[in-house]
Amino acid sequence: MPQQAAEAAASFPEIDAYIDGLPDINGALIPVLHRAQEEYGYLSREVQLHIARRLQIPASKVFGVATFYSLFTLEKKGKFRINVCLGTACFVRGSEAILRQFETDLGIKARETTEDFLFPLDSIRCVGACGLAPVVMVNDRVYGRVKPEDVKGIVEEHLKRGGE
Amino acid sequence: MSDNYGQVRIALRNCGVIDPEKIGDYIAQGGYDALAKAIFEMTPAEIIDTVKKSGLRGRGGAGFPTGLKWELSGKSEGDEKYVMCNADEGDPGAFMDRSILEGDPHSVLEAMVICGRAIGARQGIIYIRAEYPLAVKRLQKAIGEAEELGLLGDDILGSGFDFGIRLYLGAGAFVCGEETSLMNSVQGGRGEPRIKPPFPAQAGLWKKPTNINNVETYANVCRIILNGWEWFRQFGTEKSPGTKVFALAGKVNNVGLVEVPMGMPLRHIIEVIGGGIQNGRKLKAVQTGGPSGGCIPEEHMDTPVDYESLVALGSIMGSGGMIVLDEDDCMVNIAQFYLKFTAEESCGKCTPCRIGNRRLLEILEKITTGGGAEKDMIDLDELGNIVRDCSLCGLGQSSPNPVLSTLKYFRDEYLVHVNDKRCPSKRCTALLRYFIMPEKCIGCTVCARNCPVSCISGERKKTHVIDQARCIKCNTCYEKCPVNAITKE
Ligand SMILES: Cc1cc2nc3c(=O)[nH]c(=O)nc-3n(C[C@H](O)[C@H](O)[C@H](O)COP(=O)(O)O)c2cc1C
Ligand code: FES
Repeated sequence: MPQQAAEAAASFPEIDAYIDGLPDINGALIPVLHRAQEEYGYLSREVQLHIARRLQIPASKVFGVATFYSLFTLEKKGKFRINVCLGTACFVRGSEAILRQFETDLGIKARETTEDFLFPLDSIRCVGACGLAPVVMVNDRVYGRVKPEDVKGIVEEHLKRGGE
Repeated sequence: MSDNYGQVRIALRNCGVIDPEKIGDYIAQGGYDALAKAIFEMTPAEIIDTVKKSGLRGRGGAGFPTGLKWELSGKSEGDEKYVMCNADEGDPGAFMDRSILEGDPHSVLEAMVICGRAIGARQGIIYIRAEYPLAVKRLQKAIGEAEELGLLGDDILGSGFDFGIRLYLGAGAFVCGEETSLMNSVQGGRGEPRIKPPFPAQAGLWKKPTNINNVETYANVCRIILNGWEWFRQFGTEKSPGTKVFALAGKVNNVGLVEVPMGMPLRHIIEVIGGGIQNGRKLKAVQTGGPSGGCIPEEHMDTPVDYESLVALGSIMGSGGMIVLDEDDCMVNIAQFYLKFTAEESCGKCTPCRIGNRRLLEILEKITTGGGAEKDMIDLDELGNIVRDCSLCGLGQSSPNPVLSTLKYFRDEYLVHVNDKRCPSKRCTALLRYFIMPEKCIGCTVCARNCPVSCISGERKKTHVIDQARCIKCNTCYEKCPVNAITKE
């Protein structure tokens, strides 16, 4: 059983340290998942199993929670996460056209990632910057009052930094 | 200050006025005076009585009387109780709570301690969206500073009363704004709701008596304690006293947060405070309450903003999202937008919401892509009512509101979509047809060269034509034509 052996052998010292520091493991699952995602970028099968063991809960529960919340991801994400806001304020100011422009320029659909793993494209709902609608976020950076013509520039700006 | 025609800042009193990262700034504005008063000059019963008499109602959506809620959790027996703050702010297009937490975090902390003192709890939890990192940071800083000064933690102000507050980060699920889902989430589970009763005041977090209020609700409390309930009641109406913060967005000139006395007519908020509609367009409707609310048409703009009036119109006050729509917005398209949101956010626990919303969405999609019939409108109405009446939690009970309200007020617009297969506001792309006007076309070939599916033909300097069968309605030609020779209808 090579897979199981590999899973048992995988070690996650950062997560262990975090869990050891908790006053109580009851109800700690979501904070632990947040921590793991922050550390590794996504929640692999191995890390989910590890967390289940450490918190003494069934792996099915960990999986159930990890898939319930949209901020958790089970797959590796690309480098520059482009998120077009489709919240109401942005929607009525035309953010759908912005998303379509990104799809055209990158040659992918929303929820896909470019082949070079640089640009995962997705939509989000309201980042609380409605005054700047329509809004695009690239990782933690906010672009406000975006027009379809600006899309090309946003992509190029990141392409230049792509090699970093 | 009691001028009913301007803004009145109670919940937002300190936002933009103080440095939210300096507790000294907050204290200089009378901060933590209410806490001292509540601890040293008032009994728990007196605190609850003051909040009750003020008539403060929950700002998180439903408008439940806050004092009554405190009284219920105060009366519940229990060795351990919790005070929770709902900072999940899920309405996609609203940011009132975020602004309060970022601009005046102590006002919420102080009110939670007062609530703890009133109901006999020692632990507070703020459930906050992870999408608000700055608010999280400011709250953490504020908690640290308050603890250092003995305003939070053990033996507050030397009174022997202990109360601590911690943060709990959400992970992106709209339904977690519903209080029982929120509590399941804090317990480390999937954020699914449960049937009430028991109410949180009886058995909430970890089955202990729990008081949960919205951020803005708490932000009102300290001033009520300090200035008295009579002071608070001078603002707003008899049944909805005080003010409400709205996030004005959409087609108004001044977008952003406004805090107005309840009872102000919608039109006044939009025309005067919001500065009217952009680009001289005409106001068509206002959407309040986000995905749980409805669209209020222009003819009802003189309605005063309060809990009951909005419900009577088929919408709700909600948490304070206010999206202004003009004649370019298609109401069927807006209904579809919200339904798409709720269908995606339905947690799946109960069938009417999980499947009903999906079916509603499919019918709307059919209508906006030209496959609708009048029968679909009857189905929407019937199914919408079923979903509303049979769903387990507030999400499904309110999700049909956008559809039902637009069906009621904008019936004609639905009829044009289903009968003529046309979208009068030209929003439903699938129903559009692009044409080149021969009298305007100069034959420059720009459209043909830019068309992604090469469906435009014509010789240089001669009129071009669009092949309707192959056109994907991408709008490129419309945008690129240098002489505006392209029309859509
Ligand atoms: C689907 C759904 C989403 C909700 N989202 C929120 C929210 O984001 N913020 C909030 O304060 N209340 C929200 N509520 C209302 C809460 O369930 C609860 O009524 C509120 O936190 C009580 O506080 P209040 O009495 O101070 O308004 C939501 C309710 C439902 C049904
Ligand atoms: S709707 Fe896009 S930031 Fe609020």
